[in-house]
Amino acid sequence: MKAKVKVTLKNGVLDPQGKAIEGALSSLGFAGVNGVRQGKYFEIDLAETDKTKAEAQVKAICEKLIANTVIENFEVELT
Amino acid sequence: MKSAVVVFPGINRETDMARALEATTGVKPHMVWHTDSTLPDVDLVVVPGGFSYGDYLRCGAIAARSPIMSDIKSKALKGLKVLGVCNGFQIITEAGLLPGVLVRNAGLKFVCREVELTVENNTTWFTKRMAKGATVHCPVAHGEGNYICDAETLKRLEGENRVVFRYANGSNPNGAMNDIAGIMNEAGNVIGMMPHPENMIEPLHGKTDCRPLFEGLLAA
Repeated sequence: MKAKVKVTLKNGVLDPQGKAIEGALSSLGFAGVNGVRQGKYFEIDLAETDKTKAEAQVKAICEKLIANTVIENFEVELT
Repeated sequence: MKSAVVVFPGINRETDMARALEATTGVKPHMVWHTDSTLPDVDLVVVPGGFSYGDYLRCGAIAARSPIMSDIKSKALKGLKVLGVCNGFQIITEAGLLPGVLVRNAGLKFVCREVELTVENNTTWFTKRMAKGATVHCPVAHGEGNYICDAETLKRLEGENRVVFRYANGSNPNGAMNDIAGIMNEAGNVIGMMPHPENMIEPLHGKTDCRPLFEGLLAA
């Protein structure tokens, strides 16, 4: 199966990179941009074919390495 | 005082750290490669600074999961002294030896300069030769030294006197919460700090403010 993993910063965690992008958008003249938060996206190719097992595996992968759950949330989509 | 310095791919301050340990304690530290599974018999292990794995994924994240870290973690739980400096602080925090996380500097810039530190806790094995509240000069060189943690953790760190070093006199280079430059774990055997004390111990460094930190290890 293939897993698509989205890692985002938790609410309240300062995102200086998002802020810098927001500033750049403003200087490019894009009006009405209220905020930008930067995240990460991963595509993981799994040998596992059972969806439930694959889900459990990706969850473990995310908790152990891909995301730092002190500051980040993750979302998984399996196909 | 037997010590070891852990070396990961991309680490670049291991020689400075080894030199500081040898110059102050008189004993050459063991250099331990990250794929080793067991530490030699030592009293202290230092995780030095640099850019392990090019800061891929998150700074310190991949090094924190390397084979040698499992042994460091289990021995730290039994009381082994661990010092993490700069990338080493990021690595031991990622490994769960210290709470919180170090994120991108608030100003987005890599900061390489001298800062001032207040010794907040002088009862630790690393700071016992310092006076409480003393201000020392120390260099920093990092892009991700902005210490953050949740409100509950911050309250505990402050309440339990676990902030060991704090940036002083408005010299906070990275936006860290409460000007935190270094902390310790609950048991006190694990200390992590962003500044580089190993680079302020010899006259050639310009100042020797941080030499007493390493000299204190002798009596450890």
